[in-house]
Amino acid sequence: MTVAGNAPDAQSMAKKQQEISVADFFAKNRHMLGFDNARKALLTAVKEAVDNSLDACEEARILPRIRVEIRKIEATEDHYVLSVRDNGPGIMKAQIPRVFGKLLYGSKFHRLRMSRGQQGIGISAAGMYGQITTAKPVQITSRPHKSKPAHYYELRMDLKRNEPEILVDKEVEWGEAGTGTMVDITMKATFFRGRQSVDEYLEQTAIANPHAEFSFLAPDGTERTFPRAATELPPEPVEIQPHPHGIELGIFTRLLHDSPHRSMGVFLTSSFSRVTSQAAGQVCRAAGIPLSAVPGDVHHAEAEKLFHALQKADLPPPRTDCLAPIGVEHILKGMHKELGAEFYAATTRKPAIYRGNPFQIEVGLAWGGKLESDSIARVIRFANRVPLQYQLSACASTKSVMDVAWKSYGLQQSKGSLPVGPLVIMVHMASVWVPFTNQAKEAIADYDEIRKEFKLALQEAGRKVGIYLKKKQAAANQAKRRNIFNAYIEEVVKAYQSITKEDGDDLRQALLDTARKKTELAEKLEAMKHKDAPEELEGTLVIGEDGQPLVPGSAVVSEKDLAQDDSEPGIPASEQVASLKDGDDETDLESLLPAKSAPEHGAAKVKPPRAEAHGHAAPTTLSLFGDDDA
Amino acid sequence: MSSAKKTVRPSTDEKIIQMARNVRAQGLAGDDPRFNVPSRTLANVNFNEVKRIIEMGDGKTAREFFNLGQSKKFMQTMLVAEACKRLVAAGKTNSIRDLYYMTKHTIAGTRENTFDDQAESDPIIEDLEVTLDSLREELHLFASNKGAMVGEITVVDGGDVIDARRMGTGGWSVPSIVEPDVIQFRECEAKFVLLVEKDAMWRRLNEDKFWKQHHCILIHGGGQPPRGVRRLMHRMVHELKLPLYVFVDNDPWGYYIYSVVKQGSISLAYESRRMAIPSARFIGLSSADVKKYDIPEEVTIRLEDTDIARAKEIMAYPWFAGKKHWQTEIQRMLSSKVKLELEALSAKGITYASDEYLPRKLKDKDFLD
Repeated sequence: MTVAGNAPDAQSMAKKQQEISVADFFAKNRHMLGFDNARKALLTAVKEAVDNSLDACEEARILPRIRVEIRKIEATEDHYVLSVRDNGPGIMKAQIPRVFGKLLYGSKFHRLRMSRGQQGIGISAAGMYGQITTAKPVQITSRPHKSKPAHYYELRMDLKRNEPEILVDKEVEWGEAGTGTMVDITMKATFFRGRQSVDEYLEQTAIANPHAEFSFLAPDGTERTFPRAATELPPEPVEIQPHPHGIELGIFTRLLHDSPHRSMGVFLTSSFSRVTSQAAGQVCRAAGIPLSAVPGDVHHAEAEKLFHALQKADLPPPRTDCLAPIGVEHILKGMHKELGAEFYAATTRKPAIYRGNPFQIEVGLAWGGKLESDSIARVIRFANRVPLQYQLSACASTKSVMDVAWKSYGLQQSKGSLPVGPLVIMVHMASVWVPFTNQAKEAIADYDEIRKEFKLALQEAGRKVGIYLKKKQAAANQAKRRNIFNAYIEEVVKAYQSITKEDGDDLRQALLDTARKKTELAEKLEAMKHKDAPEELEGTLVIGEDGQPLVPGSAVVSEKDLAQDDSEPGIPASEQVASLKDGDDETDLESLLPAKSAPEHGAAKVKPPRAEAHGHAAPTTLSLFGDDDA
Repeated sequence: MSSAKKTVRPSTDEKIIQMARNVRAQGLAGDDPRFNVPSRTLANVNFNEVKRIIEMGDGKTAREFFNLGQSKKFMQTMLVAEACKRLVAAGKTNSIRDLYYMTKHTIAGTRENTFDDQAESDPIIEDLEVTLDSLREELHLFASNKGAMVGEITVVDGGDVIDARRMGTGGWSVPSIVEPDVIQFRECEAKFVLLVEKDAMWRRLNEDKFWKQHHCILIHGGGQPPRGVRRLMHRMVHELKLPLYVFVDNDPWGYYIYSVVKQGSISLAYESRRMAIPSARFIGLSSADVKKYDIPEEVTIRLEDTDIARAKEIMAYPWFAGKKHWQTEIQRMLSSKVKLELEALSAKGITYASDEYLPRKLKDKDFLD
């Protein structure tokens, strides 16, 4: 093979080859982190900062109070200062430069614990974006000790070395009691409202985090607040070891070789969850490796055998107490305070597993009220309480929404598309490791197990809406009937008076009484405003005309249908009968009333003993009138 | 018509009051107030083979107030009863159109009217008649005049002497109520009564003085004859012993007019005993006439699908089912697939009906029974 004299050879090419810094790589590929353009960059930066604040507050068990300000820098066309201030625990002085000035530095990547941020890229990437677009440093003020002043840093990132550079380091006043952190990032941005905006992000975050309080100052000076609707912090998720069935060979061998443990037995039982010493013994025997072998000394071939033995081992599923779902009550409260709908239903599924990772799906539905009635349902998606605002159609949750037959719940839907109507569909996946389709964390990957859970949760909640709409329709029909009867009663009584020359008051009263009895259902809905009937309203929230929940705090989690968890929810036969009869004018009105209601309500009060294993993760049932799927 | 007062059976007023008191009793008992209205449907009529008239059966339909499909009719029945009670108490008689206006108003608190159309109140009146077992005149109601009469007879109408031989081109307008206290018969030279379906043919025959030539009474009912015309014919047939011939279009509607005159109607079956005329004969037009009278094909009209269906329905009525000649008559129309209007006879000549067709029919006694 002839080579031209000045063609590069391996040696000259080697001179050009050098290590690429992570920071350099992401600076060039910033779209991977959600900084594609000026519109999206602003949203991503807000999101990273707020997510960090929420995580920090919750970990420190502080009810979050977060203020977001976006101010335009005068005399620039598109430079803005984003300022996010929280009441969190603050950050130790020594940590600040690396947390904000170094990519891939964080506490969250190496542990399996449910949190909003996962990789430790976000906030420093936001700072890096600001630095690239405006050449301005990131400003951080943090106060970790109530008794001491806050410290203030201005940081620049050395993109080549992925190391922070400290420009200013001083003590400042924090301005209020308590701890907290404030980040100011100057960046090129476009401010806008509506879909995929900061407003939308904060609104959705407020829905999924009703325990947090937000305020927002927009560049045009408008102020918006998102008050708190709950005062209980989400339960603190427990950190877990990886489950052997969720781990890949490469990771396994690395864990093996990095293991400080002196024997295989200890390595297996302490590096993974659900591996007992007995199970470890079986795995080692199956792989032909002594329990006493030193993990670091195991050869690659043996490691592979061990890995496969571990995969085949019959181990209990991962622990699920690492999950902290929002919970039915908080979903209902969160949606209610931000959406202004008439009816809400929520469902929390019991935990499930994909690729060895526990996860839990929740769905909230809001119907009617102020929601737009003739548009496509709005789907709001969350992963670990963080709104996902991009890539709607790529998300497993959206596909699941389309998989559900919404028509059977009284809503309109063209086949294979989103339903149409005054509906907001909230979907939430809680997991120690949410599988995103990209680094910017915009859509949930399509695993069969995840999609199935989404679908079941949507069906559970959908059925509640269906029941409500049917009851509402039946009640409306009866109210209509009652109005008709009442109007005719007056005519009949007047004719009676003229014919008999008697006053007919007793006849009027008797007929009105009978009319009321015949159209009792019309009052049922009305009565919910005043009557305390939690069993009848489990897992849902009905809002009265005054905008207040009809039965405050009626969202009750029940273990009632744990047993029928995996069944495909459908319309109970009794409901179908009622709907058929409903269309018939000649129907005996009494058949529209919930049959045998009294004894069933009584029965509903006898709840099965709490199933320990499911804890807070118990699914909820709804029954508006307590008469579905008995 | 103050004279109607005399015929009011004293019980009408009481019947209405009793009806209202029943409503109260049911209402106070917490029951669903209801009227039991005798059914005016085909299912509830029987053909009396001996009397050869349609009689109403015992079937009753409950009209319930707390049934959404019946509630309005219940209320309307009360209103009509109330209006009739007022008429009876005042000793006044009103047309059923007046009654519609007496009972029509907007229901308080709604945009709904008690009645939207006279077509809504008329059947309620009929329901009330059967429910109370009262004649319409006992409720102090009458229908607007429809139908006219000329011929060799003198009648007294409300005290006025009417010579039906001198009624000009328009004839004497037959009132709705023709009971003996209103109408009395005087001199009569007529040998038969001819009921003509439509006004146009009736005018033709009147202009041709057919009644004078053939000594008869010429009467029409503007299509399906109203109760006044039917009752008057019934009285003439029974009191004056005159035969009645029915002259109608050759179509299912014409057959049905004949059927109603002869046997009574389904919806007014309770009136058959004083209206049905079993001796009536069908003079034409017959489906055999096209051939017999050489009527040009061009003036025939193709049967519609609805005609065919109706004809088959009529064929199956018990009072036609047993009559072979009627089966042949209707079957012939069905197979010829055409129908014929009375006016089609004009194609044979302006006065063909008066000069040729009817005289030949009468001479040949070419009637269907």
